[in-house]
Amino acid sequence: MAFHTRALLSACAMAALCASASAETITIATVNNGDMIRMQGLTKDFTDKNPDIEVKWLTMEENVLRQRVTTDVATKGGQFDVMTIGTYEVPIWGKQGWLVSLNDLPESYDVDDLLPAIRGGLTVDGELYAAPFYGESSMVMYRTDLMEKAGLEMPEAPTWDFIVKAAKAMTDKENEIYGICLRGKAGWGENMAFLTAMSNSFGARWFDMDWNPQFNTPEWKETLTTYLDVMNEAGPPGASSNGFNENLALFQTGKCGMWIDATVAASFVTNPKDSQVADKVGFALAPDNGLGKRSNWLWAWTLAIPAGTQKEAAAKKFIDWATSKEYLELVAAEEGWANVPPGTRTSLYENPEYQKVPFAKMTLDSINSADPNNPTVEPVPYVGVQFVAIPEFQGMATVTGQVFSAALAGSMDADAALAAAQAATEREMKKAGYIK
Amino acid sequence: MATQHSRAAARLMISPAVLLLLGWMIIPLSMTLYFSFLRYNLLIPGMEEWTGWTNYEFFLTDPAFFAALTNTLLLVGGVLLITIIGGVLLALLLDQPFWGQGIVRILVIAPFFVMPTVSALVWKNMFMNPVNGLFAYFAKFLGLQPFDFLSHAPLFSIILIVAWQWLPFATLILLTALQSLDSEQLEAAEMDGANFLNRFVFIMVPHLARSITVVILIQTIFLLSVFAEILVTTNGGPGYASTNLTYLIYAQSLLQFDVGGGSAGGVVAIILANIVAIFLMRMIGKNLEA
Amino acid sequence: MARAVSNRRKALVTICAWAVGIAIFFPILWTVLTSFKTEAEAIASPPSFLFFDWTLENYSTVQERSDYFRHFSNSVIISFGSTLLGLLIAIPAAWSMAFVPGKRTKDVLMWMLSTKMLPPVGVLIPIYLLFRDTGLLDTRVGLVMVLTLINLPIIVWMLFTYFREIPGEILEAARMDGAELWSEIIYVLTPMAVPGIASTLLLNIILSWNEAFWTLNLTAVDAAPLTAFIASYSSPEGLFYAKLSAASTMAIAPILIIGWFSQKQLVRGLTFGAVK
Repeated sequence: MAFHTRALLSACAMAALCASASAETITIATVNNGDMIRMQGLTKDFTDKNPDIEVKWLTMEENVLRQRVTTDVATKGGQFDVMTIGTYEVPIWGKQGWLVSLNDLPESYDVDDLLPAIRGGLTVDGELYAAPFYGESSMVMYRTDLMEKAGLEMPEAPTWDFIVKAAKAMTDKENEIYGICLRGKAGWGENMAFLTAMSNSFGARWFDMDWNPQFNTPEWKETLTTYLDVMNEAGPPGASSNGFNENLALFQTGKCGMWIDATVAASFVTNPKDSQVADKVGFALAPDNGLGKRSNWLWAWTLAIPAGTQKEAAAKKFIDWATSKEYLELVAAEEGWANVPPGTRTSLYENPEYQKVPFAKMTLDSINSADPNNPTVEPVPYVGVQFVAIPEFQGMATVTGQVFSAALAGSMDADAALAAAQAATEREMKKAGYIK
Repeated sequence: MATQHSRAAARLMISPAVLLLLGWMIIPLSMTLYFSFLRYNLLIPGMEEWTGWTNYEFFLTDPAFFAALTNTLLLVGGVLLITIIGGVLLALLLDQPFWGQGIVRILVIAPFFVMPTVSALVWKNMFMNPVNGLFAYFAKFLGLQPFDFLSHAPLFSIILIVAWQWLPFATLILLTALQSLDSEQLEAAEMDGANFLNRFVFIMVPHLARSITVVILIQTIFLLSVFAEILVTTNGGPGYASTNLTYLIYAQSLLQFDVGGGSAGGVVAIILANIVAIFLMRMIGKNLEA
Repeated sequence: MARAVSNRRKALVTICAWAVGIAIFFPILWTVLTSFKTEAEAIASPPSFLFFDWTLENYSTVQERSDYFRHFSNSVIISFGSTLLGLLIAIPAAWSMAFVPGKRTKDVLMWMLSTKMLPPVGVLIPIYLLFRDTGLLDTRVGLVMVLTLINLPIIVWMLFTYFREIPGEILEAARMDGAELWSEIIYVLTPMAVPGIASTLLLNIILSWNEAFWTLNLTAVDAAPLTAFIASYSSPEGLFYAKLSAASTMAIAPILIIGWFSQKQLVRGLTFGAVK
């Protein structure tokens, strides 16, 4: 009996000791993209520097993760201490008071080094609500050999006319070469990201200053008909279910002449391990129509802390580590400069080592040419290049994305698709109380 | 036979199950019912207000609603048709004596054990993809234009994937039923000169009827809420071509985070599911009573 | 003569059956094969069937990135736990329905089945809020509870149909001998019902193992089962067929093996009262 008690007591003491010595555990939710996987792989560097913090990871596919973290933050479920969210969520969540301000990151973090275009999108009323992990814009990636074969030369800043012409000239369906690969898969982050950015260069916009949907305008019609026309003539089969990944696989296996998509794709298509065309890829700015806006978007995956977490200090330490200059150097040392998470810091682009990376300059130029606060030719009441930063946007763009994807599949024509998009958007805006 | 005592005991024994299910049904259901009358978007807290029937109005007048209703019925009907016809044929085949019966049976039932998400991912990427998929490769090999399954026949493709998962289930149940068939009866019929078709129609089909009803009932329960396969392959598109009710509600409540609208959709779906349930029960009741 | 015919026929049936069997199994086989390819080879055209450089790289990458055994043990605990708990609640209920049927027994059974038709997405937010307030988010206990409730109707129904076929006279005889209610269940009924219980158990383990809505939405890290494991390999930016195949193979292999070894037991009770 005495023995038992003593054993019990010492067990208790042990447990108490362990508990006090044991590390604080933070849970990080992130997307399963390459850069984040790399970050997960480098966790040890962080825990070595912060032995009192333990890190747990939840890594998931983008859509599942977004649904997971949104549910959690909105219901204050408290499952996560650090969340990976995009530039669409940050302003909305920041305004709701769901995120912890990061204005008090240490001096060494050098917040002024962040690219202004990116930083601007993450700041609400002077408070930085999320730290950018990597930033991206979109640009044209093309096959230099096929372009040459077609007898054309890609300008550094092409127009849509040139892109359409080149796409048709490069197409060789017999040999499974399609002049252009664009997103067609429905989704606000898939085809609508591309089409919204594209529409900006045609002078179109989602809403006028009174929040009236604008899909019935000639600008949108021109956008959509140009898109459908070039995709039907020079696009791959099954384009209406192609998203980023599907197009990447097509491009890497040499089936696309041009591909307009995220700048991060550059490091994939030039990586000889995965890409069969690694040494034949050129880059250009996303096309325009001479109206002053190009059709490139601006996106960043960022790390943010949900309000109400008990482990704010530890979470801040982690964010400081993962988005710091030192992290970039760490990745460069381990995996080479081409694999550094791009698009967040000015100093990275001033680094002569990084300037040797073939797509570095084009990425920076693309990011700098996008302005989320002033995205369209005519004025708009919203923020965001390829999205509209209001909570209702996801829903509306999901529906319009479905409609445009159906138009690409050929089950309705452009006019019917635009009418359906207009009707659906009006419905949602009425329901949300923006318009009567 | 049953005494007073055993009746009381029986009630006692059934009550945990009933109470639990009642709780499971009533608590979320009443919350759902309550939310369905609110203007409640998860992304806009503090705006919750009573809106009466607005959510129902928007859900029922949504052009997607009717499409989703039709798709749900087509999906359930299509999968049932394929699995039952395929299941009967397979059961007849596997019922014959042949070499390696055990192994073939293992091969045939395997799809039933595969997670829906996995099977959808595999079919979508490795088979139905019009450029990299195996089907496209075979089409090109035969000199045909690869068919783009998921954008030109989205619902059919999903039916195919789901049917592949449920075919083993139907086959197993039907096979068990066939094996229980009195072989003497069949032999006698054969002696009397009945050909295979006759034997099939007059002896086997009536014998299988009960098993077929069971397959219909169980599969319908699961097929009404098919979701993962759609999410992974087509996202309900293109357009609403492959959106079923479950997916529509998902889009409302977890893509648009419109909890009010999603709840209204949920209530509608529950009502519809119960109509189907009553209909099914009638049918099953008749067939299982005997 | 008859023998020769039957042998020829048997050969024919053998060929047909094997062809169909392999066709049905092919997607799984292809997944397993792909898991041994490199990413570039996985999308190569023409596809290579057996003659490629077999590599275990994908498996080691997957294991390095996510702890397979943690997800695996969560899957085991959740699926076995919910099934056993379900049986514990369902056996008495099914017993009383089968042997002491009242006027409303049928209605109760039908009602139970109809709760199964509740679309889970419609009630996610209420459940999430309840789980948050009770501290059940990301716990195995919480998931076991939810999955038990989801599968309970099927369990009750399967057991009911099986129990109903046990002749009542045997129970009456036991009762004559003065057996108590519980001993009646334990010593008389259960042994006769073992095949039914076994196949109910197996079917529900399979269903819970593959359940991918609640297991994804109510877990984060600690209780995440293999369905969450898969979600971290589908559709990242970049090539993923081979790694996804490896993860898929790892996720379905355990249940496939259990299923194959126990298929006899599974089939025996899987009649739902449809076979007399």
